[in-house]
Amino acid sequence: MLLDRPAWAFWLFAGPFVIGLGVFSYIPILWSVYLSFFEARNTVAPTEFVGLRNYAQMLTSPAFLDSLLTFTLFALFIVPTTFACSLALALLVNQARWAQPLLRSVYFLPAACSYVVAALIWKLSIFNGVRFGLANTVLGWFGGDTVAWLSVTDPPWYWLVLVTLRLWLQVGFYMLIFLAGLQRIPKVLYEAAYVDGARKGWTTLRHITLPQLRTTSAAVLLLNLVAAYQAFDEFYNVLGSDGAYPPYARPPLVFLYYTALGSGQDFGRGTAGAVILALLIAIVTLIQGRLLGFGRDRT
Amino acid sequence: MSTSDANPARRAARGTGTAAQRSAEHRRRRTRTLAAGVVLYIVLVAVAAVFLLPYYLIARNGLSTPAEITSPEWTLFPAALQWGNIAELFTGAGSQMATGLRNSAVVAVLQTGGQLLVCSLAGYALARIPYRHADAVFYAIVATLMIPAAVTFVPTFVMVSSLGWVSSLRGLVVPMLFSGFTAFLFRQFFLNFPRELEDAARVDGLGYWGTYWRVVVPNSLQFFAAIGLITFIGSWNAFLWPLVIAQDSQAWTVQIVLSTYLTAQTIELQELFAAAMVSVAPLVLVFLFFQRYIVQGVTETGIKG
Repeated sequence: MLLDRPAWAFWLFAGPFVIGLGVFSYIPILWSVYLSFFEARNTVAPTEFVGLRNYAQMLTSPAFLDSLLTFTLFALFIVPTTFACSLALALLVNQARWAQPLLRSVYFLPAACSYVVAALIWKLSIFNGVRFGLANTVLGWFGGDTVAWLSVTDPPWYWLVLVTLRLWLQVGFYMLIFLAGLQRIPKVLYEAAYVDGARKGWTTLRHITLPQLRTTSAAVLLLNLVAAYQAFDEFYNVLGSDGAYPPYARPPLVFLYYTALGSGQDFGRGTAGAVILALLIAIVTLIQGRLLGFGRDRT
Repeated sequence: MSTSDANPARRAARGTGTAAQRSAEHRRRRTRTLAAGVVLYIVLVAVAAVFLLPYYLIARNGLSTPAEITSPEWTLFPAALQWGNIAELFTGAGSQMATGLRNSAVVAVLQTGGQLLVCSLAGYALARIPYRHADAVFYAIVATLMIPAAVTFVPTFVMVSSLGWVSSLRGLVVPMLFSGFTAFLFRQFFLNFPRELEDAARVDGLGYWGTYWRVVVPNSLQFFAAIGLITFIGSWNAFLWPLVIAQDSQAWTVQIVLSTYLTAQTIELQELFAAAMVSVAPLVLVFLFFQRYIVQGVTETGIKG
């Protein structure tokens, strides 16, 4: 039969996927690169070639640079805290002899929640800035004053809101990844260390557990950084109101969203921004992969 | 504690030898382990309480009266559970909730089914069908993994809008089916599929297509379930793509409905939380019932991602 020939069978199996990938990944990306060299407001079939102007405008636009700064700040808060909390939690859960599956489920349950719902809870219940909010109620018990968490920029309390929200949503996920890593470490290594007189605790953690988790740690850091780079949902829902967004705390995707799809529909500059952001993340991924040997010893 | 403190003293008084001392040392260590265990569980339970707190807030606010939510004294639980808040969502004039839930369910099911079908077939071809240009196709797929999906939303929107698919079900589902990452995961999985099973099917006269459907898929259901659940959760909770594509309220998914209420604050607090409760309940159930597959899916996709 014709379909038993490898070439025919291959395209029967992979054809739909390859066509889809072409239409919804390759063509859009190439088209975007094309659009980024044109003046393209409200149109995807532009005629006015402007060379690198869109790129130059993007790279010198204070708003764009500000969005990169916002991402950097956000990453500086969220990446180390997520890493430390999920590793610590995994180490604790790994020690739990009793009810371990139940605890694991509870810690992982926040992953069922969407960023929109989490934003709703954080914005309107925990950090709503009035007296009946949970954070202010708790502050009240200790005699603290009511804090308007989201409507002041000095001090920028909104960072606390955004960081704790994401922390809650993703710590359980990364904990699972660490837990899988911990359970792959051969028990023999610990037994050998105890025979050599090592004490349970800090010594084995430093000399066995952490080195053995190297690949997992690298994966968690990279996933976390890429996720922070793509932060959109919670910023849009926590800080945005009624179609408007404050001029501060715009991470790259929020900036891109308002440039390309806001009232301006500026596809030329929007796609130029997308190309720059894609290149940046590709470079960071490659560098981090090189530095940490990400995925090398995994099949 | 007092008995273990007393024990060594009593033993020492009896003047016993090293064996007893060792036994005392053993007991002391066991007490210490026990104490450490108690501390461990206190910490674990405290953390668990913090993790469950937001779910408590959804339920408490969603089932309260407005007065209970805004009362300056914290009410731990509503005096009477206001199930009417949920009914209100579906009967209230102009409510988008029912449409949103229906759209989300349709989109999540189609996206999950479609992605599993298309990506698993491609993954199998890459893993098992000997073809000259298979490597080239594989590298073309891997190359797309370098670019995070979210950054391509502008290009993909440009494509979808020129197809005239804005605010349509097709626009929401179809562009999300061709995930290079899922195809990659299936390829890795099928590379480790036991070849003997496929060889046996060949001997029985099945071609590639027959072998795949009759032998490979039935023996890989657990992996399909794991990837399918992760896809379903991601699709149900997705926000950016539906926000970009679903511009008419008829096409809004539940997340967009919630976000609209949230950012415009056009709805009473208790209804907003009731809506959040309804939107998150299906996923909490999925989590509770399919925990095992989801954990497998997360460790599988997370590590290789």
